[in-house]
Amino acid sequence: MALTEERPLLELTAGDDEVRQPLGSFRRPTSTTGWRSWITTVDHKRIGILYGATALTFFAIGGLEALLIRAQLAQPNGQVLSPERYNQAFTMHGTTMVFLVIMPMLAAFANYLIPLQIGARDVAFPRLNALSFWIFLFGGLFLYSGAVLDQIADNGWFNYAPNSGVLYSPGHGIDFWTLGLQIAGIASLLGAVNLIVTCINMRAPGMTLMRMPIFTWMALVAQFLLLFAIPVITVALFLLMFDRLFGGNFFVVQKGADPLMWQHLFWIFGHPEVYILVLPAFGIVSEVIPVFARKPLFGYPFMVFSGIAIGFMGWGVWAHHMFASGAGPVTVAAFSLSTMFIAVPTGVKIFNWIGTLWGGKLQFTTAMCFAIALVSQFTIGGLSGVTHSISPSDWQQTDTYYIVAHFHYVLFGGSVFGIFAGFYFWWPKVFGRCLDEKIGKIHFFTWLIGFNLTFGPMHVLGLQGQPRRTATYADGMGWNLMNLLSSIGAFTIGVGFLIFIFNVVKSRNNVVTDPDPWDARTLEWATSSPPPAHNFDISPTVSSLDEWWHRKYELGDDHKLHRREHPESFTAATPPENIHLPSPSYWPLIIAAGLPFIGWGLIYSYWLAGFGGLLTFVGIYGLVLEPSVDPDAGHHGHADTHDTHEPEPAAVVAGAAEAEEDADQ
Amino acid sequence: MTDTIVHAPIPDQSEGHHTSTGLSNEKLAMWAFLGSECLLFGGLISVFLIYRNKPVGVGPKVSQIYDIPFTSVSSFVLLMSSLTMVLALAGIQRGDHRRARIWILTTAALGATFVAGQVYEFTSFVREGLGYTTNLQSSAFYTLTGFHGVHVTIGIIMLLSLYTLSLRGNLPTEKAETVEIVGLYWHFVDVVWILIFTVVYLIHP
Amino acid sequence: MAIAAHEETVHGSGHAHPSDLQYVYVALFLGVVTGAEIVLGYRHPNALIIGSLLTLMVIKFATVALWFMHLRFDSLLFRRFFLTGILLAAGVYIAIMMTAFQFFGNDTTSVPLNKIPPPARITR
Ligand code: HEM
Ligand SMILES: [Cu+2]
Repeated sequence: MALTEERPLLELTAGDDEVRQPLGSFRRPTSTTGWRSWITTVDHKRIGILYGATALTFFAIGGLEALLIRAQLAQPNGQVLSPERYNQAFTMHGTTMVFLVIMPMLAAFANYLIPLQIGARDVAFPRLNALSFWIFLFGGLFLYSGAVLDQIADNGWFNYAPNSGVLYSPGHGIDFWTLGLQIAGIASLLGAVNLIVTCINMRAPGMTLMRMPIFTWMALVAQFLLLFAIPVITVALFLLMFDRLFGGNFFVVQKGADPLMWQHLFWIFGHPEVYILVLPAFGIVSEVIPVFARKPLFGYPFMVFSGIAIGFMGWGVWAHHMFASGAGPVTVAAFSLSTMFIAVPTGVKIFNWIGTLWGGKLQFTTAMCFAIALVSQFTIGGLSGVTHSISPSDWQQTDTYYIVAHFHYVLFGGSVFGIFAGFYFWWPKVFGRCLDEKIGKIHFFTWLIGFNLTFGPMHVLGLQGQPRRTATYADGMGWNLMNLLSSIGAFTIGVGFLIFIFNVVKSRNNVVTDPDPWDARTLEWATSSPPPAHNFDISPTVSSLDEWWHRKYELGDDHKLHRREHPESFTAATPPENIHLPSPSYWPLIIAAGLPFIGWGLIYSYWLAGFGGLLTFVGIYGLVLEPSVDPDAGHHGHADTHDTHEPEPAAVVAGAAEAEEDADQ
Repeated sequence: MTDTIVHAPIPDQSEGHHTSTGLSNEKLAMWAFLGSECLLFGGLISVFLIYRNKPVGVGPKVSQIYDIPFTSVSSFVLLMSSLTMVLALAGIQRGDHRRARIWILTTAALGATFVAGQVYEFTSFVREGLGYTTNLQSSAFYTLTGFHGVHVTIGIIMLLSLYTLSLRGNLPTEKAETVEIVGLYWHFVDVVWILIFTVVYLIHP
Repeated sequence: MAIAAHEETVHGSGHAHPSDLQYVYVALFLGVVTGAEIVLGYRHPNALIIGSLLTLMVIKFATVALWFMHLRFDSLLFRRFFLTGILLAAGVYIAIMMTAFQFFGNDTTSVPLNKIPPPARITR
């Protein structure tokens, strides 16, 4: 077909005018501004922003739940929450933070940055990417929809059997939990497939795997972990769902079921999951530290391979969560050993960060502060992890606040600090606005102090024997002071979050014109801020690791680095005309919207499930049959920017009916 | 580098596969997905294997009511559907669309026969007193084989969609890869049954 | 996993796919193996029989994957994706089965239902 352009892409941006879609039924959305453009977008950058905004909202919700917990525990015999409400609070807090905050937040970074960092126009399957986001969103909403009916899960984020069975948890709270996480799991799985294919197949010419930016690498490893770990928890959730809804016996001990079955399945997923939560954050700080140390990352190949090693070893340690479950001496010994070993590649990373900092000209921007905080605080968490890899010592620690201290040092001190380093670092790229550095510093120190005040004392409390997951404690145990400090710390963190939000609001007036304000190293800084829909005006070619840095600096005759006058960036004076991006679509939203109905239907009435199933089914056909590039939208011809070549979606949507999208041929 | 002009597509990007590895995105995605499915079916199979060795409180053991000759035949039917699937692909790659359509339809029919066999098996098991909720083994058995049956059914739907597309002329030889990808899924479902047939039906203590 | 996919790509329509007749032979082979499996399945299951059945299963699995799924002819990368899934699944699930079948510890599985001791400790 003709490759001629009737309208340049960039001028397509006007209004909400609709173009008829050749397959009927729906008018194809074309708007690129306004709310409609957001719900139909297939642009990886917008999808990244959507993920981020959603995750921040859930962060606020999960944070409020945490404050409830700490309010209850601030004093002995707390009366803020009933024991039932307390159980719901810590369950929803953990579930929210893991599945609805850190995972999507890292998905936000991965979606936004991977295509930019590897010099692609978009991910491999842009419409599938939109589908992942909507499914995640509806999964999260579904998980919380039970709250409207006062059906809230109360069995912890690990949801141990047999307590999760109908006998001990007769309400529907656990049902909302199982179904909601299954829905969110679909999103993660689709996202993982999409990003894996993107990293492998969409790299710009010259971008070999060992030139891939370290964030992209760590995110890629995390996607592989998701790819293989999600099905394991899906099995567990699926079986639990069948137990609860259809009278299965998988976790019913009275019928002879093995209560450890759930624990095994959950933790086989669970331990890779903790690396899913932390590896991309490692990637973020590995980008931030070199930029502000004015040095290349120390030992890039070691960073890559230790990440891969962690990914593999993460599969062989799960039973360290089950030391006290009676799994047998050989199991305990074997997993104790493997757990000690996994600290080695983690240590490699710590030393590489220190090596990068060593002798650098350090610039303590807020992003850098958060990054350094990750290195130090995560190390504390890693060390307490090693203390409970020793099973006799773990028998003392398990189910106490010592464990709570451990995983908050790795998850808050690791993942969350990493994520906020990323926020301060990439904010100018994403929004063309800078977060204020002064307020940022205040935010940082509030958090650093609040964080240590909250979770530091928990080490002591744990070793003194305060059990976790327990609604209150008696006076006179010697726990009062530490608990009070911890609660004060928690509210300090809350204040810090408000400071951050204030900073975000204020950043609206803080326009940055320099697309590369930090003098950074990777490709995303070589295009404008915010990047155009097609990412790069000029298709990038790559000849080294830290390509953008090498374009900016050259080694002079005096053996000193000199900045080139006009480094070759990828922006052009006149916007390009020949770039075809996939057109927006309603279908991802429609497919995703069916899923919560299936969930509600399974719990309350099969009619609803039928309706939801129909919606999803029709949506899948709609998506598959719809040409990815709207033939009427002024982009004639097949997508000649292959980067946005759209899938035969059935390749990934197993449930999808296979079909063709070339209705215009 | 600046002279990589906007309009000049990067070499070999305009036709065929034009990815970093030269592999098709869709096929790579399908293989990634199949890798993931291994852990899904692996989980269900091992849950069944563990629970099969537990004593049953009520009802028969699954292994007491297997109808091995019947299952052997339906396993054979599914196995042969892999042959017809691959013949369909060879047909479309050759440009022999009529033949390809016949084989696609045959594959779907063989799959449907298998699913029908499974429905029959389930009903006869229920008649023998083994319901879904009867005991540990029965839950595990029905979940595993039913889950596989659902996979086959989805495969049939995809095959029928392919058939319709081909009839309408929307499945030209250049799009043979679509058939290949559906084929991958279909063969995967078949190899899973190869595992299930042996470890669930043939080997039982 | 994904490393160096470049060099190993054996891709394109250039390479020879098997002919239809070859596919039929492969299917015949699969049929014969299935026949052998069924015969073996009727024997009393001792270690040898079980071992042979498992071997035949792996042979069938590999045959379908290599021929019908074209792994013999296609990129190594595909093979690696699939193998990673298979090996991870085999690794973790065999480990569970070993703990559950009590290769690793004291046996609770063969305790009759009515003799299951009450839980030693109530967690919550
Ligand atoms: C140096 C590496 C690490 C080691 C050796 C380690 C070890 C352990 C062990 C043995 C436990 C079980 C304690 C018990 O329940 O008795 C545990 C719990 C936990 N770890 Fe780690 N860990 C490490 C890193 C991480 C990382 C990086 C994360 C997350 C980003 C993490 C998150 C968790 C969580 C969430 C739990 C508690 C799960 C629960 O019971 O709810 N750990 N860790
Ligand atoms: Cu762990």
